[in-house]
Amino acid sequence: MRIGTLKQSYTADAALFDSRTQKVWLVVGAALLVLFPFIASDYWLYLACLVAINVASATGLNILTGYTGLVSLGQAAFMGLGAYTVAIMQTRLGTPFLFNIAAGGIVAMLGGLVVGIPSLRVKGLYLAIATIAASFIAHFLFANLKLTGGTSGLSLPPAQFFGLPLDTSFRLYWVIVPVMLLMVLGAANLFRTRVGRAFIAIRDRDISAEVLGIPLLRYKLLSFGLSSFYAGVAGGLWAYFFRVVTPESFPLLMSIFFLAAIIVGGMGTILGGIFGAVFMTMVPELLKLVVDLLPGGVEMTVFLSPVRTVVFGLLIVGFLVFEPHGLAEVWRRIRRFFHLWPFRN
Amino acid sequence: MDWAYLFEIALTGIAGGGIYALAALAFVLVYKATRVVNIAIGEMLMAGAYLFFTFAASFSLPIWLAALGSVIGTGLLGAVIERTVIRPLLGEPPISVFMVTVGLASILVGLVEIIWTADQRRLPEFLPNAPVMIGDAFLAPKIAYGASIAVVLIGMVLLLFRFWRGGVALRATASDQAAAYSMGINVPRVFSLAWVASAMIAAVAGVIVGAIGGISSSMGVFGLSVLVVVIVGGLDSVLGALVGGLFIGLVEALAGAYLGGEYKLLATFIVLVLVLMVRPYGLFGTHEIERL
Amino acid sequence: MPDEPHRDDFCAPAASVLQVDALTLAFGGVKALTNVGFGVAPGSITAVIGPNGAGKTSLFNTISGFYKPTQGRVLFEGEDITHLPAPKRAALGLARSFQNIALFRGMTVLDNIKLGRHTHLKTNVFDALFYLGRARREEAELRRDVEERIIDFLEIDHIRHASVAALPYGLQKRVEMARALAMQPKVLMLDEPVAGMNREETEDMARFILDVRREWGITVLMVEHDMGMVMDLSDHVVVLNFGQVIAQGTPAQVQADPEVIRAYLGAGDVGELRRRLRGESMAGAA
Repeated sequence: MRIGTLKQSYTADAALFDSRTQKVWLVVGAALLVLFPFIASDYWLYLACLVAINVASATGLNILTGYTGLVSLGQAAFMGLGAYTVAIMQTRLGTPFLFNIAAGGIVAMLGGLVVGIPSLRVKGLYLAIATIAASFIAHFLFANLKLTGGTSGLSLPPAQFFGLPLDTSFRLYWVIVPVMLLMVLGAANLFRTRVGRAFIAIRDRDISAEVLGIPLLRYKLLSFGLSSFYAGVAGGLWAYFFRVVTPESFPLLMSIFFLAAIIVGGMGTILGGIFGAVFMTMVPELLKLVVDLLPGGVEMTVFLSPVRTVVFGLLIVGFLVFEPHGLAEVWRRIRRFFHLWPFRN
Repeated sequence: MDWAYLFEIALTGIAGGGIYALAALAFVLVYKATRVVNIAIGEMLMAGAYLFFTFAASFSLPIWLAALGSVIGTGLLGAVIERTVIRPLLGEPPISVFMVTVGLASILVGLVEIIWTADQRRLPEFLPNAPVMIGDAFLAPKIAYGASIAVVLIGMVLLLFRFWRGGVALRATASDQAAAYSMGINVPRVFSLAWVASAMIAAVAGVIVGAIGGISSSMGVFGLSVLVVVIVGGLDSVLGALVGGLFIGLVEALAGAYLGGEYKLLATFIVLVLVLMVRPYGLFGTHEIERL
Repeated sequence: MPDEPHRDDFCAPAASVLQVDALTLAFGGVKALTNVGFGVAPGSITAVIGPNGAGKTSLFNTISGFYKPTQGRVLFEGEDITHLPAPKRAALGLARSFQNIALFRGMTVLDNIKLGRHTHLKTNVFDALFYLGRARREEAELRRDVEERIIDFLEIDHIRHASVAALPYGLQKRVEMARALAMQPKVLMLDEPVAGMNREETEDMARFILDVRREWGITVLMVEHDMGMVMDLSDHVVVLNFGQVIAQGTPAQVQADPEVIRAYLGAGDVGELRRRLRGESMAGAA
C-alpha cells in the first residue's frame, strides 16, 4: 500500500514520475522494450512497429482534440502529407531518412496550420466537418497530382542507415520506437508548462482563457500545427515501414480510427493516447485469432472484415456510454485500488 | 453553350436535390429536437433500403407492403437507437454524441455486410420506366418519380408538423426543453418521436436512392452529401434543408456533367468550405449568442 | 471629469487607474449602457451596485473587452484601451473574475492558478516540448511564487492538487480570486465575489479583499449585491439603474441619495430604508 509520497521541493512535486515504485517500473519497462525485438517473432515485431506508429499519431491527435478540444477528422490526411513527402524525397532526392521524416512533419504541420486558420470563426462540430472536407480535398490531390503518382501512388526503397538498409521490422523497430518515445515525452512535457495549460484552458472555457490573456487564434494554430507535425512524422515512419504510399492508404476511416483510439484510451491524458492506440491496433488482431479458432474454417474469414467493423463501432459506442473517460480512467481505478489495499476507500 | 444540355443537367440536379432535401429533412428533425448531429443518417437510409429489399425480394411481398415494412422497421431501429445510445449521452459534450453516431454508422455498415454481404444489389423495379420529358429535356424516369415521391413526402411532413399536436410539441421542445417540460410536454417521448420520424423519412429516402442506383454497404456515403446540405442550409432549419438540398443537387449534377464524375464530391466539399468561411451557420440557421 | 446629467457629489482624483467616459452600449434597439462615466482611484475599493438588469455585468464585459461600446471610451492608466482586444488587456494589468465561476474544470487548483500568470511567462512551444532550461526554470519559479504568496495568502494549500470540479462553491470562488491574483494585476475586477456565500464565507472573502488592497496595492472594482459588504468595504460607490449612473460617491452619500432609494424600492418609505441600511452597516462593522 502506498501511503503518500513526501516531496521536499517543488521541482520534485512536478516531476513526471514521482515515486520510487514508478521509477523502478520505468527501468523495467525500458529493459523490456530493449529486450523485446530479440525475443519476438517477426509477426510481433510488425505489430510492435505498427502500434508505435499509431501511438505517435494518436498522441498528436490527443493534443488537438483531447487537450485543446478541437475535434479533427483530418489526422489521416496529415499523416498522408507526411508519408507522401517522405516518399517523394526518398525517391527523388535520396536525402537521409531522418531528414525526410522531419520534412514530412513540417509539411504536415503547414497543412495543419492552413486547416486551423478558420478555427476561430468555425467552432465545435462545424470545425470537425470542415476537417472532413479538408480530408477529402487532400485525398483528391493525392489521387490526381502527378507528383504523388496518381491513383497508383508511390513506392519507396528502404531507409538507409550508414549503408544498412532498414528493410525488416527488427531494424525499423530501433527507429520507430525511440522516435515514438520522444514524441510521447514531448507531449507529456508540454502539459507541465504554460503552453499545455493554455490548450486545456481553451478547451474548457475559451472566454476565460481570453480574459487571462491567452490569444486564442495563435494557440489554436499552435495546437493544430503541433498535432499535424506529430501526424506527419507518424506518416513518414509509416511510409518507411510499408514502403508503398497510395491515396487509399490514409482514408477518412483512419481518422475515425484515431479519434476512436483517443476516446477509448481516454481523451486529454497522455496515457490515454498510448492505451487507446495499443488497444485499437490489437483488437483486430485478437479478432483474427478468435475467428481462426472457431470451427468453420475458411468461410468464417469472410466475416472477419464486417465483424471488425461492427466491433469497432461497438467499442466506440460502448466506451462513450459506459466509460467516457476511457481506459486511462480504468487504469487509474486499478492503481487506486492497489495503492489503498487492504483498505477499500 | 449548349443550353438544352445545361437545362437537362440542371433538371436532373434539382430532381436529385429533392431527394437530398428529403434526407436532410430527416437530419434536421433530429437536430431540432435533440441537438444531435446524426452522422449515421446515410446508414439509416441504407437500413431502410435493405429492409425494403428483404421484404420485396427475399420475402416477395407486394411493393406497398415491403415499403410499409421498411418504414416501420427503420422507425423501430430509430427508437432503439435513441433509447440505448443517444439518451444515455444527454448532457455530454457534443463531440461525444457526434462520435457515438460515428460508431453507430460503423455498426450498421458491419451488420449489413454480415447479413447481406458487401455486394451491390438491385431493388425490384417498381417505378414506371417511361422516360419523362419536360419540353425537350430528358429526365431519367427513376429520378423524376423518386423526386416526386420525395416532394410529396416533404409536403406531408411539413403539414403534419405545422398542425399536428406532436409537431407543435416537437417545435416547443426544440426551442426550450425546460419550458416544454413545464408545459406538460413529455420531453423524452418527444425525443423518441423525433428519432422515429427521422428514421422513417430516412427509410423512404433510402428506398428511393436504392431504386435509382442500387444498394450496397457503402450507401452511407450519401450521408456526407446530406451533411453538406444541412451545413449549407443551417443545421436547425427546415427551409435550409430544402433550399440546401436543391442547391447541392444542382452543384453535384453540374460538376459531374462538366468536370467529371470524380469531381462531384470535391465540388460539394468546396462549397462546404466556402459556406463555413462566409456563413458558418448556414443560410437559414440560427446563430446562438453565448451569454457571458 | 466626464459630464454627467445627474447629481455628482464626488470628484475623482486626477489620475484614475481605470476610467470610463460616456460609455454607451447598444444591442440592436436595446441600450444596455447609456453615457456611463466614472473613475476608479488607484488603491481604492470601488463598488458598482444597482438593481438586477441595471447593466453592471455589461459594464464589466465592456471594460474587459468583450463588448465594443457604441460610444465612449475605456481608459487604463490614462491610455485608451477601448479598441484593445480582450487578451491584451490582461498583460496591461486588468484582471477579472466571473459571476458564474469560470474556472477550468479539467484542471487542478494549482494549474488553474498558474494559468493566471500566463501572459507574464515566456516559455514557448520548443522550450515546452523539451522541458529544459527556460521552461524548467520558469515553472519552478512560478510554483514557488504561487505557493508562497497566493496559496498561503488565500489559505487553499489543502486543496492545491484537487480537481476544481469537485470543490464546494465557496472554495471555487476563492480559487478564482487566486487565479486573478496570479495575473499580478493592477486592477482586479470582481463580479459578485460573495454571491451565494454564507456569512462566514462572506467575511472571509471581505477580509481577503481588504488584505489584497493592503498588502499588494491592487485596486479593486467590484459588482456586488450584498449591501453590508459594499457599504463596509468600499471607498467609492457607483449606482447604476437602467444602464445609467444615477449616483456616485462615498457609501454614506449614496445611501442618503433619494434617487438610489427610489431605484431599489420604488416609492417606498425612505426613512425606513435609511434606518435599515444604517443598522446593517453598523452591525457589519462591529
